[in-house]
Amino acid sequence: MNTSVQPASTAPAINVGGGETRTSKAKEKVKMSAEAVKVFYGNTQAINGIDLEIFENEVLAFIGPSGCGKSTFLRCLNRMNDTIDICRVEGRITLDQQDIYAAERDVVLLRAQVGIVFQKPNPFPKSIYENIAYGPRLHGLAKRKAELDDIVESSLRRAGLWDEVKDRLDQPGTGLSGGQQQRLCIARTVAVSPDVILMDEPCSALDPIATAKVEQLIDELSESYTIVMVTHNMQQAARVADRTAFFHLGDLVEVDTTDQIFTNPQDQRTHDYITGRFG
Amino acid sequence: MSMTIEQRRQHRLSTIEKSLARRHSKEKRFRFMGLAAIVTGMTLVAILFASILMRGVPAFWQATFTLEVYMDPEVIQLDARPVRQSGESQADFETRLQSWQTQVGLVNWQSLLDSALEHALGEEVESRQLRDLRALIASNERFALRDRFLADPNLLGQRVETKLLADANVDVWLKGNIDRNLPDARQQLSPQTRAWADRLYAEGVIQNAFSTSLFLNSDSRSSAASAGLAGAFMGSLFMMLIVILLSVPLGVASAIYLEEFAPKNRITDLIEININNLAAVPSIVFGLLGASIFIGYLGLPISAPLVGGLVLTLMTLPTIIIATRASLRSIPPSVRQAALGIGASRVQTVFHHVLPLALPGILTGSILGVAQALGETAPLLLIGMNAFVANVPGTPLDQSTALPVQIYLWQGNELRNFFEARTSAAIIVLLALMLSLNALAIWLRKKFETRW
Amino acid sequence: MSNLALLALLLVVMALAYQLGLTRSRAVAANRDVRMHSRPGYYGVLVALWCGLPALALFVLWSLLAPQLIDALVTQQLPPELVASLSQRELDVFLRRAATLAAGGSVAGGASPEELTAAAYINRLSTLENLILVALMAVFAVAGLVYARRRISPRLRARNQVERVITFALASSSAIAICTTVGIVLSMLGEAIKFFTFISPAEFFFGTTWNPRFSSSGSSAQGEFGLLPLLWGTLMVSAIALLVAIPVGLMTAIYMAEYAPAWLRNVAKPIIEILAGIPTIVYGFFALIVIGPFLSSLGDLIGINIRTTSALTAGLVMGIMIIPFVSSLSDDIITQVPKSLRDGALGLGATKSETIRQVVLPAALPGIVGAFLLAASRAIGETMIVVLAAGNNPVLHANPFEAVSTITVTIVNQLTGDMDFASPQSLVAFALGLTLFVITLCLNVIALVVVRKYRQQYE
Repeated sequence: MNTSVQPASTAPAINVGGGETRTSKAKEKVKMSAEAVKVFYGNTQAINGIDLEIFENEVLAFIGPSGCGKSTFLRCLNRMNDTIDICRVEGRITLDQQDIYAAERDVVLLRAQVGIVFQKPNPFPKSIYENIAYGPRLHGLAKRKAELDDIVESSLRRAGLWDEVKDRLDQPGTGLSGGQQQRLCIARTVAVSPDVILMDEPCSALDPIATAKVEQLIDELSESYTIVMVTHNMQQAARVADRTAFFHLGDLVEVDTTDQIFTNPQDQRTHDYITGRFG
Repeated sequence: MSMTIEQRRQHRLSTIEKSLARRHSKEKRFRFMGLAAIVTGMTLVAILFASILMRGVPAFWQATFTLEVYMDPEVIQLDARPVRQSGESQADFETRLQSWQTQVGLVNWQSLLDSALEHALGEEVESRQLRDLRALIASNERFALRDRFLADPNLLGQRVETKLLADANVDVWLKGNIDRNLPDARQQLSPQTRAWADRLYAEGVIQNAFSTSLFLNSDSRSSAASAGLAGAFMGSLFMMLIVILLSVPLGVASAIYLEEFAPKNRITDLIEININNLAAVPSIVFGLLGASIFIGYLGLPISAPLVGGLVLTLMTLPTIIIATRASLRSIPPSVRQAALGIGASRVQTVFHHVLPLALPGILTGSILGVAQALGETAPLLLIGMNAFVANVPGTPLDQSTALPVQIYLWQGNELRNFFEARTSAAIIVLLALMLSLNALAIWLRKKFETRW
Repeated sequence: MSNLALLALLLVVMALAYQLGLTRSRAVAANRDVRMHSRPGYYGVLVALWCGLPALALFVLWSLLAPQLIDALVTQQLPPELVASLSQRELDVFLRRAATLAAGGSVAGGASPEELTAAAYINRLSTLENLILVALMAVFAVAGLVYARRRISPRLRARNQVERVITFALASSSAIAICTTVGIVLSMLGEAIKFFTFISPAEFFFGTTWNPRFSSSGSSAQGEFGLLPLLWGTLMVSAIALLVAIPVGLMTAIYMAEYAPAWLRNVAKPIIEILAGIPTIVYGFFALIVIGPFLSSLGDLIGINIRTTSALTAGLVMGIMIIPFVSSLSDDIITQVPKSLRDGALGLGATKSETIRQVVLPAALPGIVGAFLLAASRAIGETMIVVLAAGNNPVLHANPFEAVSTITVTIVNQLTGDMDFASPQSLVAFALGLTLFVITLCLNVIALVVVRKYRQQYE
């Protein structure tokens, strides 16, 4: 049992196929599911009842015009909306068949299982090392300093940041460039080894080169994690997502394999959006 | 040795789960500490207000005699009030009137009060008990009687119903502000006086009446019961007028300059730090400045509201500048750009467009600054405003005290039993003034609150 | 003519000048049928300024110089043997008595014949002086008016000139803040240097005994002016105050910023603001009549001798006074920490208190430290609470249950009563004031710079 907390990177065995085309991945197991989810901000309804299944180890992208509720829905998946006083969620969301909004459900544990990366990189004003070590330390995942060091290194490696920062782990995370900061935040999330990683427009604050790096990272992470991401950028969805869901005015209009959505949308609104009629 | 992914996952989750109870109880403790801090703070403040109200509110009512005073012609042996005769010059008439008034002053008014008390008690008082008798009524009240006669000489020979303040010690005794079981030696009043006071109180001759003297009189040394706040109030009023007249225009002007006109460089940076520092300089330092420059160097009169007003102006200025700058800064640049864009000059832009929008904020800041100045005590002690002043000041150059200084003086009065309540009453008056100013400021801010 | 009437008259003349400028500019515009550079009002204001400002400057200058001139003339007029027999101080007293007599007052001990003669002379002089002033001001005003009115032409940039005057006026008012600081430093430095001619700085700054021996006691001994007992007392009271105010204030701020529902915030914030404005004399009185006796009987209960007026009483109440100050400053700082940082920690599965303690507070630390420094500066400079509740006992000891004295208390004690700026007993107040100013200045400046850096970080 002394090797109980192995860095996740040493477990490449879980690569489930992962070929050239993202759409070919097997997706039999439902990781999360939403049934009739409605969200209210005060008296305004932001989401009108969404049913959706999220499969294990897939990359699911939410697209849609701004204000369509895709970020709001994403934040329901690990109850980040709890931090907003006036926000109310109805319906049922499950993780591994267990209701995450159930009264006895602990939100701390939930968030350790469902991590989130935000739109704007938000490294803590601490050193790079401390940024990554924060989560494992919080949850008591490392018993010794060496274990923690391992987690930090493997998380940074997974985020493709290790080589860039290994010589300055004690310097503040806020001193990195925007793209590096975002990858640091991803590494920070990965360090807790969640099952699902939510990403809320992770590249919208980044330049094209940094975006490319993060996209590549998402691609690699999808081997071991279920990833749900919100994006404004349809090309990005096409590049990285196995499946894509199109949101419009608080409704989930259509969800299907990415190929299907972009080549043969079933709904007129989806068609209009991806052909650039609005958005 | 090595575990499957799923095992590792389960192990991780159970590790986290095990730590949860401890972490959540920590969370509860932390939250409780926050709540406890608020409750502690609020409780202390509640105790403060309660203790001051409990002591102060009764002091607004004061033991007062309702006596029938016989304006005995045998005691008041006077010529008739002079009337101006034809052919007499104004100056001559005034001289005659003055000598008549002096004569009125020489009348033994005390003996009239003595007889009135005897009448009320329904007994002859021997001369050796006269001291005890006179201890009943505040010593200044004989002058009140005199003034009453001066105002209306026709009262001569009449029985006049008069309200007279009881002596401070009688007030203390009747209100139970002194332990009734103390031995005679430690009582302020003789047993005879105490017995009389109790009797008259029971008979309704002495009643607790609303104390107008607290508001209409100025401070008094000889007669504690008639010490009032009028002088201090006028002193504070003069100072506040000076503060408003000087610090508001100067503060607003300098804020406008710094925010709208001054180039942003090292010098304005220095000015900014300097102003922020001035706002945090102890008030007593401003008192030293006033003592040395206004009194020592410029030779302005000591104890005058003028000097106090100037000192408080300098003290309030940074507060008003900071508030005004914040208010100006909250006006979005688009307003300025719009005005400049249609050809207004910078001065016009500021005075016609920016300033009116910033006015509510400026007003709020100024009111808060003035309220702060109203309660300031320490600097005034250094410019001699803690001197005893028996008159209500008529101009800002007269000697005067101020409300907070009066509180300071009263709390130090030897007649603790009486002045503890009187001081609390004065505090209530001061706080009422300040709280209304604050409430006004908060109301103004709420009313004009704009989100850009 | 009284000064007030004179100034009022000047205002009336300026109003007239404004009107003249206005009509003149309109006439010029109509006459030549051209467009004036500025709107007519600006020409009016310009003329009024030309009319009023020089006269006003003359008035100010005259008021400053005339009394000295009169004094000099009167002294010249006095019998030389009298002047020779008087010291400078006595001469000043003589002149002041004469001036009082001239103003129609009476002086203590009756007036001497010389004083009466001088008074009469002063009266003549001041009548003359007043006449000259009025005449000169009239000349200045009219000259300015005429000059400015004649200059009015379409090309005169009246608006720019008026605006330059306005800008200048604005700039000079912001100079007042600087002047105040300079005034504080100079006045205190001046008097403190006088003090150091009596007592050496080493004796003052490192002396361990405070016993100033008021001059009225008759002894010629100088007394001892050691700062250390006072400084120690100040630090002790302030430390107790901060021990109370910082935890309570900070926890209050955290609760208000992070946990409290909106309605509680809306109610509590104005209350806290009002509490911060309660005069310190009120807190002092509260300490004296409630907290002091309470602590004293509490001490009796547990067998500690706590004096009614002690470092503990003063410190505790001062702490209560500073709580709202600390909490509203810290609240501002904490709410400035961006929400994204909180989300980052919460998203990793931190509890709220872990987020606050491990992410929000470290991020806000510089600002909070700044707030604490400002609170410390405030505690050190606080006067009325310690005057009433600290017991005024300038002795070096470490017992918080005993009475102490502080710098501020001693300033008040030494400078109230007589205003004799010549004895070390009074002058020491300025040396103490200077010390106080320097200490608080350091704290304030460090705090301000730290807080400013902090603000810029999150802007």
